[in-house]
Amino acid sequence: MSEGDAADLQQTALNAVHRHLGARLVPFAGWEMPVQYSGILDEHRAVRERAGLFDLSHMGELFVEGADAGAMLNAALVSDPASLKVGRAQYSMICGPDGGILDDLIVYRLAVDRFLVVANASNAAVVSDALAERIGSFKAVLDDRSLDTSLVAVQGPEAAAILARVTDVDLAALRYYAIAEGTVAGQPALVARTGYTGEDGFEAFVDWARGPDVWAALEEAGRERGLQPCGLGARDTLRLEAGMPLYGNELDRETTPFEAGLGRVVKLEKDGDFVGRDALARAAEAPRKRLVGLRVTGRGIARHGHPLWCDDRRTGIVTSGTQSPTLGYPIAMGYVAPGDAEPGTIVEVEIRDARVGAEVVPLPFYKRPR
Amino acid sequence: MVPTDRRYTKDHEWVRVDGEIATVGITQYAAEQLGDVVFVELPDVGRALSQHATFGVVESVKAVSDLYAPIAGEVRATNGELGKAPELVNQDPYEAGWMIRVSVADPGEVDRLLDATAYEQLIAEA
Repeated sequence: MSEGDAADLQQTALNAVHRHLGARLVPFAGWEMPVQYSGILDEHRAVRERAGLFDLSHMGELFVEGADAGAMLNAALVSDPASLKVGRAQYSMICGPDGGILDDLIVYRLAVDRFLVVANASNAAVVSDALAERIGSFKAVLDDRSLDTSLVAVQGPEAAAILARVTDVDLAALRYYAIAEGTVAGQPALVARTGYTGEDGFEAFVDWARGPDVWAALEEAGRERGLQPCGLGARDTLRLEAGMPLYGNELDRETTPFEAGLGRVVKLEKDGDFVGRDALARAAEAPRKRLVGLRVTGRGIARHGHPLWCDDRRTGIVTSGTQSPTLGYPIAMGYVAPGDAEPGTIVEVEIRDARVGAEVVPLPFYKRPR
Repeated sequence: MVPTDRRYTKDHEWVRVDGEIATVGITQYAAEQLGDVVFVELPDVGRALSQHATFGVVESVKAVSDLYAPIAGEVRATNGELGKAPELVNQDPYEAGWMIRVSVADPGEVDRLLDATAYEQLIAEA
C-alpha cells in the first residue's frame, strides 16, 4: 500500500462502526476506508436488487456563499451553476487553464446565494485551493466543511422506501439531481437524490459527529428490506457498470472533458470568461483520444493500465476494468484514438503476455430498469 | 483448520502429493484475502514448471495475483471447472478449487515446504 502508513490516515466518524461490522479497511486518498464488508459481489448485488449503505465522509464538501456565488462558480467551473434553480444540482468539472481536468464535481444550489460543491476525496484540497484562488474579486466566501461533514449514501431500488422511514424530507417530491434541507434520524441534514451507482439513491450530508446516528438509523430502517453496508470495492464496480468516470482512472489533468465524452458539461456559450475556456474551445474541435466502453470477448479481464491495440497499432490504454457482476462478462473503459471509437470496432487488450479480443460498445454498460 | 495432509508455501499455495503426482491450489486464507475470485488463468498441460515459477493468475473483482509453483514438475492436468466456476476457489479452496496437477520432479522440494502447523503460524502472524 503506497498511500501512507495507517498512522497517517484520516478516519471518518464511522470508522469504529466499520470495524464493528468486520469491514476490510484500506488506505484510500489519505483516508482509512472500508473496501468491503461481506464481499464485493454480494454488496454489488444488494445495491442492484435492494439497497446499499455507504460511508462517503472522505469526500470534500465546499460551501460557496455570497451575492456573487453563482457568478464566481460560473467563472471557476466549466458548467453554469448560476443557471441552476434553488434545490437543483448539476454534474460539473473544474479545469486548469490548459483545459485539463482538476476534478469532477457535483454542484448543488442550496439558496440563491449559497452553493455546495462536492469534490473527490483525492482532490478535495486541490479544489478547495483552486476555488479560493478563483474567488478573486467576486463577492463570495468559501467554507471548506470537508472535515465537519459526514456523508452517508443509500443507493438501490429500495433506497427511497428505507430513507423515507427516517427523514422528514418529501422524497416523492425530490427529483433526480435535487437537494432539500430537512432531518435524517432527527439530525439536521441536506438530502440529495444523487449517487454513483447507476441506481436510484440518496446522499445525506450531516454534521461530522452525527454520522454514526444517521448510519445506525438507516441500517435499522433498511433491515427488513435487505439493506447492506457497502464498501469502495462495490462502489467501483457499480459506477463502472453505470459508465461513470473515476478521477485518476478516466479523468486527469492530461484529459479534457471532451475526450472523456463529457463535453456536454462544458458550457462554452455561457456569459463571462471561465478558467480553461480558450483551451477547451480548441479541445472541442480536436480531441486527441476518446473514452470508450469495451466488452472483452476473449478470455481475460482488462485492467487499468493494459495497452489497447487496433490492427497491430497501439491505439490507447485501459483506464478501468473488471468482471461485471451484473452482466457476467468482463467490461472496461479506456481511451482509444479518435478513429477507433465507433461502437463495433474490434480492438485487442494486452493482458500480461497475450492479446485478448474486445469490442467497443456504447456506454453505459448497465441501465437500471425504470 | 488447515488440512494436515499437505504442505504450504509462504505465498499461500498448497501442494498435496499422491504418489508421483502433486495437486496444487491456494489456501483458504489466500482466497479470503483476494475476495470473490472471478477468473483463473492456468498453464497448458505439458508445460514444465520450475520451482517458484509463475504458473498462472488468479483474479478477484478487485485484485490480480500471480500463482507460483510450489515445486518443480510438468503440468499433467488443470482444473477445467474453474473456467466456468472460478468461485470454487472461494467456496472449496482445498478440494474442488484445486488448480493444477504436476509430476513431482524432486520429492525433497515438498519436504522442505511448510507443514500445516508452520503455515498456521505464518497466517496467524500476518
